Amino acid sequence: MITLTIDNKKVEVEEGSTILQAAEKLGIKIPTLCHHKSLKPYGACRVCLVELTGPRGSIIQASCVYPAQEGLVVQTDTERVLKTRRIMLELLLARCPDAPVIKEMAKEYGVEESRFPKKNEDCILCGLCARVCEERMGVGAVSFVNRGSSRKVAVPYDKHSPICIACGACKVVCPTDAVDLSEVTLNKPRPILSEYDMGLTRRSSIYIPFPQAIPKVAVIDRDTCMHFLNDACKSCENFCEANAIDYEQQDEFEDVDVGAVVLSPGFEQFDPDLKKELGYGRYPNVLSSMQFERLLSASGPYLGEILRPSDEKHPKKVAWIQCVGSREVEYNYCSSVCCMYATKEAIIAKEHKPDLDCTIFFIDMRAFGKGFDSYYERAKDLGVRYIRCRPSSIKEAPATKDLKITYQKDDGEVTTEDFGMVVLSTGLRPPLAVRELADKFGVKLNEHGFAETQGFAPVETSNPGVYVCGPFAGPKDIPETVMEASAGAAKAMALLKDQRGTLITHKEYPPEKDVSGQDPRIGVFVCHCGRNIGGYADVPSIVEYTKGLPNVVYAEDNLYTCSTDTQERITELIAEHDLNRVVVASCSPRTHEPLFRNTCREAGLNEYLFEMANIRDQCTWVHMHEPEEATRKSKDLVRMAVAKARLLEPLHKGKLKVNNEALVIGGGLAGMTAAINLADQGFKVHLVEKDKDLGGNFRHIHSLLSGDDPQEELAKTIERIDSHPNIDLYSGSEICAVEGSVGNFKSTIRHDGTEKEVSHGIAIIATGAGEYEPTEYLYGKDPRVITQRSLEEWMAESKPELQNLKSVVMIQCVGSREEERPYCSRICCQQAIKNAIALKNIRPETDVYILYRDIRTYGLLEEHYRRAREKGVRFIRYEENQKPEVSVKNGGLGVSCVDPILNAPVRIDSDLVVLAPAIVPNEGADEVGKLFKIPLNQDKFFLEAHMKLRPVDFATDGVFMCGLAHCPKSVEESIAQADAAAARAATILSKDEIELEATISEVVDENCDGCAYCIDPCPYNALTLIEYMRKGDIKKTVERDGALCKGCGVCMATCPKQGIFIRGFKLEQLGVMVDAALEGD
Amino acid sequence: MANEDFEPLIIGFCCNWCSYAGADLAGVSRLQYPPNMRIIRVMCSGMVHPNLVIDALTKGADGVIICGCHLGDCHYLEGNVKAENRKEAIELLLEDFGLEPERFRLEWISASEGPRFAKVMREMTEAVRALGPSPYKA
Repeated sequence: MITLTIDNKKVEVEEGSTILQAAEKLGIKIPTLCHHKSLKPYGACRVCLVELTGPRGSIIQASCVYPAQEGLVVQTDTERVLKTRRIMLELLLARCPDAPVIKEMAKEYGVEESRFPKKNEDCILCGLCARVCEERMGVGAVSFVNRGSSRKVAVPYDKHSPICIACGACKVVCPTDAVDLSEVTLNKPRPILSEYDMGLTRRSSIYIPFPQAIPKVAVIDRDTCMHFLNDACKSCENFCEANAIDYEQQDEFEDVDVGAVVLSPGFEQFDPDLKKELGYGRYPNVLSSMQFERLLSASGPYLGEILRPSDEKHPKKVAWIQCVGSREVEYNYCSSVCCMYATKEAIIAKEHKPDLDCTIFFIDMRAFGKGFDSYYERAKDLGVRYIRCRPSSIKEAPATKDLKITYQKDDGEVTTEDFGMVVLSTGLRPPLAVRELADKFGVKLNEHGFAETQGFAPVETSNPGVYVCGPFAGPKDIPETVMEASAGAAKAMALLKDQRGTLITHKEYPPEKDVSGQDPRIGVFVCHCGRNIGGYADVPSIVEYTKGLPNVVYAEDNLYTCSTDTQERITELIAEHDLNRVVVASCSPRTHEPLFRNTCREAGLNEYLFEMANIRDQCTWVHMHEPEEATRKSKDLVRMAVAKARLLEPLHKGKLKVNNEALVIGGGLAGMTAAINLADQGFKVHLVEKDKDLGGNFRHIHSLLSGDDPQEELAKTIERIDSHPNIDLYSGSEICAVEGSVGNFKSTIRHDGTEKEVSHGIAIIATGAGEYEPTEYLYGKDPRVITQRSLEEWMAESKPELQNLKSVVMIQCVGSREEERPYCSRICCQQAIKNAIALKNIRPETDVYILYRDIRTYGLLEEHYRRAREKGVRFIRYEENQKPEVSVKNGGLGVSCVDPILNAPVRIDSDLVVLAPAIVPNEGADEVGKLFKIPLNQDKFFLEAHMKLRPVDFATDGVFMCGLAHCPKSVEESIAQADAAAARAATILSKDEIELEATISEVVDENCDGCAYCIDPCPYNALTLIEYMRKGDIKKTVERDGALCKGCGVCMATCPKQGIFIRGFKLEQLGVMVDAALEGD
Repeated sequence: MANEDFEPLIIGFCCNWCSYAGADLAGVSRLQYPPNMRIIRVMCSGMVHPNLVIDALTKGADGVIICGCHLGDCHYLEGNVKAENRKEAIELLLEDFGLEPERFRLEWISASEGPRFAKVMREMTEAVRALGPSPYKA
């Protein structure tokens, strides 16, 4: 090793290092244009000049080529150095007056103009291109030619190179962007497009796939990496300070023994390139919807700005075209999600730019999910235009790159409109590679390539033990995907119930050190994070500063505090210095706190005696041009963390014994399904049904579009309930009282005036829904006006009237999608189509009309819509403000409406009018909600914990839901959700005890005067006001339920007396951080 | 009052789930903002006691900002609503203590809004810089 001094700081480097490398180690920045870490030092640009001082005076040398020598004294910022650098920059500026990098560097040194004659070159002769081509790529396609003033980089004979591989390395390394590849080679370079940005940006061959990648490490794309293609390059290893690049790494094959398999390969976007007429790939401003998602993203190609790829300008008008690759002859299914994502994209785009004109061209607006119709209405209120027309083609105006769309307006007039950008709402299709996977697992696929499943077993494939979830079994959105994922898990858990827990290994930790009564002994570890922190802030000085803080007994810096060897080192240092608090100053606790807490546990220290200072994400990365300020702020942040660390206390996660029995409320299809799955998993289930019979709404369903027999299924299901040893059925019963919380509920079941208490660890709410009783369309006044449900019963009974019907009119959306009930009842379109087809099968001559607002046959149901049309069922659309009218004329029943195609009123004589009434929430839902303290949404359906990600959970732990109580849904969807609820419930029931959060509230009885201010604001009902006798007086205080509290701290901020606090976030712990922050000023 | 050279010190209480993550994202995206903010991580904007805000300002902080999830996005259902309800009380206290209302802000910043985080920090720093040092500064 060699020791030298740079700018009065000593540094040790390996023999053979250059001064530039030594300076870099010290974090001293020396400018250079021709230096590249993966190339041999060259000394061409002469900007990296430094002054070497010795006994015989000083000399100026290029630091990139001058070897570090023992005892060398180097200055990088003397007046002489700066003056010489300025002259070099002036010469470079004269040669390349327009190169931005040179202009910027010159400006930094105060050089605005060059005194030398300008040459208007763009190459500075640094040789990087020739060097990288020769040294790294092993090609040597370009090199220096000529001498003196006519020296230049060129291809031999100034012709296109026959050996250039168009890898583009020369272009990448050139500091002045002087390389024009088309002059070098006739080979076309192939840019590597970023998959994550949907081809809108480019990436390199070594890359982090996307910002949230787990693990967040770089991968090498072997298909484009020059090392793997040509045994060349290997440049990246010279840049990786952690020496993490391993070119020898191989794919590993592992065999696992499993009893069940869940397949969830997801979906692929329909390739919009297949729709040439829509201009994708030809016109730069025609994007796919996934590309538009990237445009909207803050981490997207324009950082969340909506800009046109053609000119990077804001478009004034954006159009969406729906059903691209869906609902077509060859793709005869609806992709289910595009109507809503286009609506969402339009709303977000308008949030970005309120005056943006957003237009959506659609066929039917399929807003069939929970809350979707209100969202659609909101979009319309925000000014999103919806045009019911599918444009057949898009043309580009060549001058402006605007896009011309010709369409038919509502009144039939054909018009052409210009848009600045067009988004194609591309459909979902099964991944192309899925056939191989399906073959491997013996899973049958349907004609579209989606996995085939059964109506009553929506996640089961043709191969027992192999389950599917998500869009692999047909297009679906996030909540349904999440539900099916849990349903797949439920099925697998029931199958493997005897194996549960057999593969778990528990990690052993050393016994926890008792630190009570000890003065804080704090160890501080400051991370360089390679150059991410150390390159901007002066880490050694932060460490020195930290050593002077009270109670800090040890401080050091690490190149990477998170590396495995540093973790081991910290464990040793905790023991060596008897540390009882640890502070790490590095990145974000959101990503790394769990790692360091675990390190503390490994050292026998309570994991909550740890604190982090975020000096990277929230300091050096956001103050990259202010090294002094970044250093100062880092010191402040460390001081604040140390201040809090002093007051940290060991915390322990509470444990709660779990009752392993389940309560399922509601004996309809969903409740029964959930009960059977839990019972199959081995848990005791109490199933409560208020009617004397099981089945709920399912009793009234007599046929399904899939052809399966619901009544047979119902009988089988009831038989399973009756015979299952793990199920106790309470029919004709109701829940009248509930107490307790997750793991330990007690509920009272009332039956015929007698009450019985049951204990259970979880509850599943499957209380179902009812049918709206129409008051419109002469329902109840004329016996020829009936509901779809009655029609289905007539057909099940084979009523003779059905043989003589000449004309039947079905009216959709009766009571749905209007002011009082603004939601879609989801299943009525499929039900109407099912019954219409059945009528046509009974008597093909019967005229069947369906009056609808939008036909919502989402997913694979679309084929039945087409089948109905093929069978001659006539579909007539009506508007909400022009509802059909049912009337009797001369004893004959008829329906009047406005035909939107003819734009004229029509009257249809009919023997029967069939209404599709809304699905309405059960009146008892409110009562059950109050018992379990779970909320309803504004439509009075139960409100889940998270619309997308927790669709069967409530915010209250241990309570789940399924079926129509959640929102209208089909038989298959109810079954999937019921299994999902069972799976979620089993995550609790399968444990003997549950761990509670450690950082929850704690009441300070001495301070609490029982004012009860904190009780109402608690979002989890975790606090109760209680009274007890203290020294002969009644003392009021608050009691906290540890199983309910989530540690939000609303109570702490509400309390005027410091009578309640959050562990780990006490007022004084936060207060000393404030004080410490102010100390530095 | 306003002083070009004056560098205000601002205390930021950021909720763990949204705005602290938004601050991290600003870092990951390398969005530069003035180095005047000292962030204290809290679990929820609804956890910040008004006393913490007033104490900070009367001990010499030039500004205090509380950042939480957007309304409707709170990890704890509606802690941010509680924070908003307290805003008015805090503003009245500021008046009592003779502090300008601009020294305190409540902002909603989601985990994906790195650019917005940087923008809010810039705005807050400039607003407080324009006011000059806290009258409580020793």
